[in-house]
Amino acid sequence: MSAENETAQHGLSAGEYIAHHLTFFNGTGAKQQALVDWSLINYDTLFFSVALGALACLAMWLIARKATTGVPGRAQAAFELLVEMVADQAKGLIHSAESRKFVSPLALTVFIWVFLMNAMDFLPLDVLPNIWAAIFTGMGHDAHHAYMRVVPTADINATLGMSITVLLICLYYNVKIKGFGGWAHELVSAPFGTSKNPVLAIVLGIVNFAMQLIEFGAKTISHGMRLFGNMFAGELIFMLIALMGAAWTGFNAPSLLLFAGHFVAGFAWALFHILVVVLQAFIFMMLTLVYVGQAHEGH
Amino acid sequence: MNLNATLIAQLVVFLVFVWFTMKFVWPPITKALDERAKKISDGLAAADKAKTDLALAEKKVVDELRRARESASDLRGGAEKQSAQIIDEARAEAARIVAAAREAAEQEAGTAIQRAKESLRDQVAQLAVAGAEQILRREINAQVHAELLSNLKQELR
Repeated sequence: MSAENETAQHGLSAGEYIAHHLTFFNGTGAKQQALVDWSLINYDTLFFSVALGALACLAMWLIARKATTGVPGRAQAAFELLVEMVADQAKGLIHSAESRKFVSPLALTVFIWVFLMNAMDFLPLDVLPNIWAAIFTGMGHDAHHAYMRVVPTADINATLGMSITVLLICLYYNVKIKGFGGWAHELVSAPFGTSKNPVLAIVLGIVNFAMQLIEFGAKTISHGMRLFGNMFAGELIFMLIALMGAAWTGFNAPSLLLFAGHFVAGFAWALFHILVVVLQAFIFMMLTLVYVGQAHEGH
Repeated sequence: MNLNATLIAQLVVFLVFVWFTMKFVWPPITKALDERAKKISDGLAAADKAKTDLALAEKKVVDELRRARESASDLRGGAEKQSAQIIDEARAEAARIVAAAREAAEQEAGTAIQRAKESLRDQVAQLAVAGAEQILRREINAQVHAELLSNLKQELR
């Protein structure tokens, strides 16, 4: 019961325990106060996302490097299954074979990377933060400031960073496929069309352009927020479940019941979360493909 | 949920990973998949071709067998005909030889008869002369009567 250790060690209340777990390690030793502050970086998010991404790339590279056209090994067969799945989805949504050379690997990277980042939720909640706290105090710092969040996708910066990347890719393909003029025309003429009457044409153009901006904004924000919301909620519920075990006061009825509750609820939620982790990774990949596909088609 | 520079960092990291996958992961694995698919379709085509080839070969075998059987029966027919012909020729030859032999024998027999007749005639002539000698009881000059004897011989012919 690491959560118990921590509360015992540092004498945290339940609220403080959760708040501690929800604070990023940004080098300032405190929670970020301003809503937007470009001078800060969440090192924990960045470390885990880069580490997991690098791990995924390394694994994929090791398999792809030795890819044989003959009978594939188990790792290659499993990876081929994944690649075929992504390639099939991409083929269904993006009809340009030239674009697919970039978009299919994009979708594969998104799926595997997001899956791995989501899957960090399955690690026992306090393992990595406690190790980090030990290292941090070992370096002569205050353990109270040893913040660490291990699920990068429960950080809005990570998910929005990725959804904005997808937006940029969409804008690139809009210009590439339709030409700058064609895309500019679409921006003011879709979704409501345009008119021969100059006054009406200007009014419709403004409305259309506003709708397009809203569409791009809504797509991008919902894309990032969906993943963030799911993973944040999942992480938070793991924390609440951990509190049950953390309330251990000795061998008495309430403590034993809470311990049992911790075990049962933690088990059930972890099982359910397996579904959420894979599903959210898949949804993020599919939406990436859908949005890039939409950038290929005129309204 | 506060925004900070992590967002920008994540954006860059994301693009780097996508670039890596696009450059080093996707091409070899899809190449392997495509090539295997081609291998399999080639293999299936080859199997189909082999099947047609086999059917053709079987048909050819049947044809060859039929032809061989036909030529064998032709040969047998030819041989039978030839043997019959040889037998016929032999039979004709034999008949010819038999006829020649019979003719030769007949001729020989004829000659023998002739000779026998001649000698008989001689003996009859001598007997006649001897008889006449006995009857006449006198010496007959053979030289005087040679002409007489030869006339007698001529008459006996």
